[in-house]
Parts: sequence; C-alpha cells; structure tokens
Amino acid sequence: MEGPAPLLRMEGVSKSYGGVRALDSADLTILAGRVHAILGENGAGKSTLIKVLAGVVAPDSGRISIEGREVAFPSPAAAQAAGIAVIFQELSLIPELSVADNILINQPPKRLGLIDRGRQREMAEAALARAGATDIHPRTPVKDLPLSRRQMVEIAKALARNPRLLILDEATSALTAADVERVLALLRRLRDEGLALAYISHRMHEIAEIADDCTIFRNGRNVATYLAGTKSHDEVVELMIGREYRHVFPAKPAPRNENAAPRLELRGLSWTNRLKDISLKASAGEIVGLGGLDGQGQRELLLALFGALSGLTGEIRIEGEPVSIGSPKQAKEKRLGMALIPEDRKTEGLMLPMSVGQNLSFAALDEYSNFGVIDQQAEARAIKEAISALQIKVAKVGLPVASLSGGNQQKVVIGKWLMTGPRIILLNDPTRGIDVGTKQEIYALLRRLADAGAAIVFYSTDYAELIGCCDRVLVLYDGQVKRTLIGDEITEKALIASALNLDVAAVAERAS
Amino acid sequence: MTDSGIPMREGMWARTRARIDPATLAAFGCILVLLFAGSLYSQSFLSPAYLLQQLKVASFLGIIATGMMIVILLGQIDLSVPWAIAVGGMMSASASAWGPAGPWIAIPFGIACGLAIGFVNGVGVAYLRIPSMIVTLAVNAVAQGLMVVHTGGFSPQDSASPAMRFIATGDVFFGLPNALIVWAIIGIGATLLLNRTTFGRAVYAIGNRERATYLSGVDPQRVTLIAFMISGGLSAFAGVLLAGYASKAAQAMGDPYLLPAIAAVVLGGASILGGRGNYLGTVAGVILVTLLQSILSVMQIPEAGRQIAYGLVIIVMLLFYGRGAAIRG
Amino acid sequence: MREWRFWLNENRSTLIAFAIFIAMFTIYVTNHPAGFTANVVNTAANKGVLLALVAMAQTMVVITAGIDLSVGMVFVLCNCVASQLVAGDALHTALGVLAVLLVGAACGAVNGALVIFGRLQPIVATIATGAIYFGIALWINPQPGGADNFNSDFADLFTGKLPGGIPASLVTLAAVALVVWVPFSRSAIGRTAYAVGSSELSAYMSGAPVTAAKFLVYTLAGLLAGIGGLFLTFLTQSGEASAANGGTYTLYSIAAVVLGGVSLFGGSGSAIGAIFGALAFRAIGDLLFVFDIEPLWQPLFQGLVLLASVSIGATRLIGVRNRLDLFG
Repeated sequence: MEGPAPLLRMEGVSKSYGGVRALDSADLTILAGRVHAILGENGAGKSTLIKVLAGVVAPDSGRISIEGREVAFPSPAAAQAAGIAVIFQELSLIPELSVADNILINQPPKRLGLIDRGRQREMAEAALARAGATDIHPRTPVKDLPLSRRQMVEIAKALARNPRLLILDEATSALTAADVERVLALLRRLRDEGLALAYISHRMHEIAEIADDCTIFRNGRNVATYLAGTKSHDEVVELMIGREYRHVFPAKPAPRNENAAPRLELRGLSWTNRLKDISLKASAGEIVGLGGLDGQGQRELLLALFGALSGLTGEIRIEGEPVSIGSPKQAKEKRLGMALIPEDRKTEGLMLPMSVGQNLSFAALDEYSNFGVIDQQAEARAIKEAISALQIKVAKVGLPVASLSGGNQQKVVIGKWLMTGPRIILLNDPTRGIDVGTKQEIYALLRRLADAGAAIVFYSTDYAELIGCCDRVLVLYDGQVKRTLIGDEITEKALIASALNLDVAAVAERAS
Repeated sequence: MTDSGIPMREGMWARTRARIDPATLAAFGCILVLLFAGSLYSQSFLSPAYLLQQLKVASFLGIIATGMMIVILLGQIDLSVPWAIAVGGMMSASASAWGPAGPWIAIPFGIACGLAIGFVNGVGVAYLRIPSMIVTLAVNAVAQGLMVVHTGGFSPQDSASPAMRFIATGDVFFGLPNALIVWAIIGIGATLLLNRTTFGRAVYAIGNRERATYLSGVDPQRVTLIAFMISGGLSAFAGVLLAGYASKAAQAMGDPYLLPAIAAVVLGGASILGGRGNYLGTVAGVILVTLLQSILSVMQIPEAGRQIAYGLVIIVMLLFYGRGAAIRG
Repeated sequence: MREWRFWLNENRSTLIAFAIFIAMFTIYVTNHPAGFTANVVNTAANKGVLLALVAMAQTMVVITAGIDLSVGMVFVLCNCVASQLVAGDALHTALGVLAVLLVGAACGAVNGALVIFGRLQPIVATIATGAIYFGIALWINPQPGGADNFNSDFADLFTGKLPGGIPASLVTLAAVALVVWVPFSRSAIGRTAYAVGSSELSAYMSGAPVTAAKFLVYTLAGLLAGIGGLFLTFLTQSGEASAANGGTYTLYSIAAVVLGGVSLFGGSGSAIGAIFGALAFRAIGDLLFVFDIEPLWQPLFQGLVLLASVSIGATRLIGVRNRLDLFG
C-alpha cells in the first residue's frame, strides 16, 4: 500500500492475562485519511488491542510507533496526549456530571485556576455540533440521557480533543438508525479531513459502507489485511472463525396450526408509556421473535413477562389461565415455568467471581435441596450434565465464571435456566457480542428446545437471526406491536420497514 | 476439558486444601507469630490456662463476629452492634427478675430483642433501600435511647439469671469453658449455613451481584432481612452472655466490640465489599484480635500505645492481603 | 428560562437540606421567642459549627464514594495538639495554629496514601488509622488539660460575638467554606473527585487525574477535621482525648452528611448541604428542649428523628415501576 505514511504502526505486540494470550505478536498499520475496519470474534483480541492503544493496559512486548516515532502509553492521559481518542463500547462517561463536564473532563478551560464554565459550555456545544448531536443540552446530567444519546456525547467528547486517530469500538451498537447514518456521514467527513479512523464492529453492512481497509484478528493475531470489498462475506467469516462456514440456522418446522391453545398469551398489556396495548401469542414448539429498533419496548416487555415490572395493566395468560407475576421468583415457579436470559450477562446473568458450577446451579438450587440444605452430590451431577449438554468449555467446574470466554459465559447463563426445566423461555438479545461458532450452537439449541415443547420469545437486534430462527416475528415501535410477520413474510425489507414504522411498499420504492 | 475438578476419591482433604484462602492462612500465621512474640516476653503465654482464657474471652467477640460476617458477606455493614449487645444484656437481666418464670425467659427474651433490632435494620436496608451504614447507625441511636429510658439513665441494677452466669462462666466438659462450646456450636452452624444451604449460597450471590441474584429467581430482600436478624440476634445473645459474665449489664457495654468485630471479619480474609470470605478466616481473625488486645494489656503498654499498636497491626495485615485490584492491568 | 431549571436540579439536595434547617429554626424561634437571645444563639452556633466542620471533612471523602471513620479521632487529636501548642505570645500562637492544621492535613494524607497506594478499602483503613490517631492524642494528653500559657484571649475571639450579635463561629465557618470548599468544588480536580465517586473507572479511562483528586480529598478532610479540633480547643480551652467524643463526632458527621443531601454512593452533594445538615442535626437537640421533653427521652427522640429523616429517602421508591432498578 503506497501513499501516506502510516499514522500508527503496531509490531509484535503481545499481552497475556494470567495464562491467556489475549494478543499474540499482533501487527497493525493504520494510515491517515482512511477508515480501517477491524473484525474478529469475541476473544480474538480486539478489545485488548484497543485497551493497549488507549493506554489502559500496558503490553508485555512489542513496538508501537506514531508517524515513525516509537511511543509508549503509561496511562490513558498519555495516549490522549499523543492524539489518540477512543470511543469505548462500555462508554467512559460520568453519570452524575453534566454533558459539558463530561466532554471537557480532561483539561477543561480555566480562569484563575478554576473551571471557566462559560467557555467550557461553548466548547461543548461546538463538539456536539461537530458530532451532529445539537439536540443535547450541555447542562443535562448524563445519567438522564438514554443510551443512544450517551453514545453521541461519547463521540463529541472524543472529537473535542481534536485527535489524529479516532478508534470506535462497537460505537453504533446503541444508536438508532438515524443516528447511525449521521455517524457514518461524520466519519466520512473526518476521513476526508485527514483523520485516521479505526472502526471495530460486527455489523457487516456498516463496514461495507464505510471501510477503506480491513484487518481480521483471530486468537490475538492479525490473520488478514485487505482492501475493503476484496473479500466475500463467507471468506471473511471463515477467516474470523478459522474453519469452514456452512449453514447458520437449523431448519424450521412447518407453520403451526393457529388454533392450538397458546402456552403464553398477552392481551392488551400496557406499562407506563413504554408498553402500549401489546398482544402476543406463543405456542409450545414456537419461536416467536421480537424485532424493531433498539429501545422500542422489547426489553421492558420481557421484564414485564418475568415479573420485574409493577403497575402492569392488561392480561397475561399461561395455558389459558390468567396469571399475575409478581417477581422473577414467581415466574420461575413450576406452575409458570418461565426463564429469562437477560440482556447483560456480566451484570444480570452471572455472579462473575463465583464458580462456573455455582452459577450453573443457582436458579434450580431448590430442586437439589431438602428444606434448604443442598444435596451436593445431586448438584454436582446436574452441573456435569449441563456442561456436557451445552458443551461449555471449562477446565474445572470450580473456576470463576469470569475466566470463561463471552460465548461460554452465555452458555452458563442458558445452562443455569435449562436446569429449571422451563416451558417458556424468554431471551433478550442472547447472541450480542458472541463469536460466530457459539451463535450457531445457540440457534440449534433453541430449535431443539422448541421441538421438545417449549415456547420461546426471542428479542434480537440482528435481522439475520430473526429471519433464520423465528417462526413468527412481532415488530415493535414505540411500545406497540406494529406488524406481525409469519413464516415467509419475515424478510429483511419487511423487518426494516416495520421497524421504521413505514409500510413495505414505501421501503421498496426507496431502495430502487 | 470438562473434568469436574478434583476427583471424589482424593477426598475431602484435597478439596479443603484447595479451598483454603491464603488470607486465612496468613491470619493463622500471624496468630503463631503473636504467640511466639508473647512467649519471648513471658513463658506463661503458651500455658494451656492462658490460652484457654483467651479462647473464652474470644468467644464473646466470636459470636458477634459471626453475625457481622454474614452481613458483610452480603456487602452490607451492621453498626447497630454496640447497642444490640447492650439491649440483649439489659433486657435479659431485667427479664430474669420478672416473677417466677423470669429466669426461664431471660435468655430467649434477650435474643428476641436482638431479632427485633435486626428486623428493623433488615427492613430499612432490604425494603427501603437505605444504605446499611446509615440505617444501622440510626437504629443504634434508637436502641440507645430506649435503654436510657428503660434504665432511667442509671446503671442497670438487675442481676443476670443463674443460667446466664452458668453459660458465660462455667465449664462443664473437660474444663472447656461453656462460652467456648457455645461459640463452637454457633460457628459450626454458621459454616453449615453458609456452605451447605440455599440461604448461604444466596448470601454469597447477593454479595457478588444482587441484580443477577434477583433475575435468577431468588428473593434478595428476604435473604438480607434474615441476615440482619441473625446479626441482631447473635449480638444480643453475646450481650446476654456478657451480662452473665459480669453478673449484670452495664451502660455502653457493647461499645468496645464494634470495631474489633469488623476488624476480625476483615482480617480473616472477607472482603468488605461482600461476596468473599469463609468462616474459618473469621475464627482466625477473632483469635488474632483477642490475642493482640490481651498481649498489649499484659505487657502493660499504656492505653495510648495499645491503640496505636492495634491500628498498626490491622493496617500491616491488610497491606499484605487485603488490597484491592489495581485499575491498570 | 430553562437555565434555572438546570441549576435547581443540580443543587436540589443542598436546597432541601437548607429547607430542613430553616424549618427547624423557624419552629424553634416561634415556640421559644424568649430563648432567642444573643447568648443562646451564640452557644448553639458554637456547637453547630463544630459538627459542621467535621461534616465538611466527611463530605470531602464521601464525594469520592469513600468514607472516613477517623474524622472524629483527627478532630480529637488536633484538639489535644492545639491545647498544648496554641499558647504563649502571638508568634507562638500562630505557629501553634499552623502546626495543628499541618497535623490534621498529615493525618488525612496518611489515610489517602493507604487508600490510594495501599489500595485498602476506606472503611477498614480509616477504622485502623482512627485508633492510631486516638492513641497519639492520648499520648499527648493522658489527662484532660492543656498548656499552662494557653492563649485564651485568642480563643475567645473565635467563640464570642461580633458587633450586632452575630456569632464569630458562624463567620469563621463561612470563611472556611469560602476559602476551602468553594475553590475546590469549582476546580478541575474537585470535579474529578465527583467523577471518581460517580464512576472511577470511567474517570480513569478519560484521563482525569484520579490519584491526585483522591489524595487531595483525604488531605482536605484531615485539614477540615483539624480546623474542627482547633475550634473545639477554642471553645473548651482544653484538650481531652475522649474516645467517646471522637466516635460520636464520626457517627454524627455521617448523619449530617446524609441529612445534607450528600449521597453515600458518591458523585453528588455539596459541603454546603452538609453544613446545613449538621446545623439541623444539632437543632434537633435544642428543639427537644423547647418542647419540654424530659432529658431522659432526648436520646431516644434524637435517634427516632435520625431514623425518620434517613427513611425519607425511601420515598423515592414509591414511584419505582421497574423493580430491577432497586438492585445494583
């Protein structure tokens, strides 16, 4: 690749955590004025790579140079001083402080040694404008902003430092479709201004739109660097998972008999202003999908079904009987038989420092106890079965679950719930941030569970999953069910159209 | 790949060894160091009589620390211990004077008062979601106020019942102090509770991640309430025994036990943030704290020096194994 | 128009603390007009300022989601040091005052070092250092008392009344708040302290000076507790190493901080709120006197009022519709 001198070059960078090699002699070259996409499964080393560049962790070995000069980052402040700005997936905003305070958190403008609030506000407004987020008031406390707005503040914060290299780690995962367009347009503008951009994402269509160069990481190494568009989708995935890539989704059974009594039925379910008059049916053996843009009520619907919300109006029926579910503890009971695989496995699904075994048995513990005393042998047996049934890769059951990879952690969450023998399984975006291999295993598992008689309600932000796994999809918009798609009706066009609250014909017109 | 750990045949010893916290070992090591240092000062430090006396004194602290440990494992703290102890001591002594049935109900009544205090704490923390530090502080103040009214501001005059005195000061089995046996029973109960029951598993889970516990279909609020009741009940029971030991209760009799109880739990390797710790460590911590206080007083070091030494030892021990993770990995 | 809305939101907890204090004050004055003399106000102000200073100290640390259980002991230690050193002629008095402030700051700095570099949890580290500071106080003053040539005239300056009946203590308190708190809260490092309490990891990843901010708050906490101890010496003209007193001030400082709207979880609240919280807390005792409650019942009522006031925070639960939000 001739042309501009590399802005950033990493050579032979390695980093190990305990016995695990997160980065293995990794190389990377990023040029100014180009968008460089970085792909790879979770566990491939991408997040460690970013942390090294951001100065959050120190590499064990290797060289990093900026414009030919070797550099080292002993702290995040040093990396920032070198002109690197990172937009993290977990966000680095301070909830209790205002937007302006967050944007100028480091080296704010000062007057007489104290923060110059007026000037800070001006600078914050300029940064927000550059990021295309002028609807955000600089004095708003960040904790009062929804996730998509926070992501925009994070972007403004990175831009306020006038970086030379901007790194975005899954920066669009929480954004609305409109915001994504604006961000991609912004990135193109910045690229044309001469900035170097590193873009880490799982979203292939975004990468197709924006990337100039691509690098694939696997097992902590750079396995391929190529110009965008010069490799097919299948080739890319194969490089990412290192093995041949075949069918993703298991076969679906023939469409159900509509008159069969539904295992789960909702009529007119409403909650504050987030859920409006939702009706839904899920029969035994069915996988019902929830679609739509992020934040349209899908999470709240699943929480409502699981008993975590109060103030619900409307009816929930299980096997035809009206029920009221007051808590997850009630939902878990045999007579209701529900399970919820939550959104964030690290804070909602697992107790990270506790062992794999303890996490697995936690929800079903009562079944292996008499009067509160645990039958350790029965428990151990059940744990062993769950590990082998789900093929969870763990050396010892007693290891903390935090030491597992993301995909295996999610398997532990699923395994925990399967131990309770649920008849209704709710899943909140279960494959987010999980490697392709484990995803396939989860799809196959869901179909097997449905075939064995469970009713499954499955929210996903991935259209391909909804198309490939679900028998029916309900698309939510603003807390209401906008459209129900059945069988062959589930297409990407239909999903996108209903998600944006347009009708299909209009979308088809736009596309042509 | 999916081997379930150390095979059953190797048995309990191997599994126990794998589970012993380095912090607990460190605590026991320090106990040995203290004994050694003390023996340099005077031979009688290693005499069975002295050691048994220490264990007896430690028993009171041990019972209190048991309750404190369970609350700390949850990620909370119980600052109402001083007056829960006093309430236990005073109310049981008073009850023993209530007619012919008095001596029979004295001890259960004292414990019941402690359970009530724990109940109020538990409701405040679990259901009203007020930080435990402040709720237990306020409850401590209320308990103090109640006792001031009850005693009319004077020293309590009621005597402890014979049963109280017997448990606290007698020695029935082979010269082992009754108080020590009581602590042992409570300790074994606590260990079984934490390691073998769903309640215990829930305690660790809540201390690690309350949200995930709730979403796993376990009721964290009830567990928290029960834990605070256990702590209140055990503190009051210790107060009953202390009253038995001195034959009567005294104003502010519980004050000297709060900080040592917290120190004992933490020195035993439990994390103050919750979710980590085992009972054996707490036992080590209790003995360590008791020995330290005793050695300092026997060496006739003035109170000023004792306080300084006490603080220094805690800091040094914690610097060795009580440190948090560094942010930069 | 919207700007004042933001200001209200930002200062909400402090304004509530202020309102509580005004309410207490009004109840007192309307029910006991005869008691509202300059002398009574002065005595009340003196007592209130003592707790207010220690409460300010506690606020510093609580902002960073920490807790300082040694403030009461630093208070007592500096009381004893002051009783020995604030003596003699003007020069020696001045040096004595300086020494007291340095001792307070040093105690705070030690706490900070243990928490930051030793990575010990604040609650246990400060329990241990509290014992050490108390031990030192006891060593300095085994018996209550002080230097023979203690400078009583100097002490009286700060505890008496200024022309117009305004207690000098309140003026001192305002001066301390102006010189220590106001610049701190508006500085970049002060803001970093709030950031640390709100989300320490995010603050670190943003490159903010986390270490410096934490060290500063602990040192300032020690300094403010030291000023409190100095003031106690002015008031009692003696130094007493009383563990009970130290413990009481520590616990009351936490109560004052909570009443003042400072969140124990860190990241929000202001020392000004804590000052009102302290004054309100002190006023509770005086109110009980006004309503002729027997002294015997006062501790109980104080406890119940404390319990009720901290339970008020639970009212925010009433509107909660998503139970998941209750759990961290």
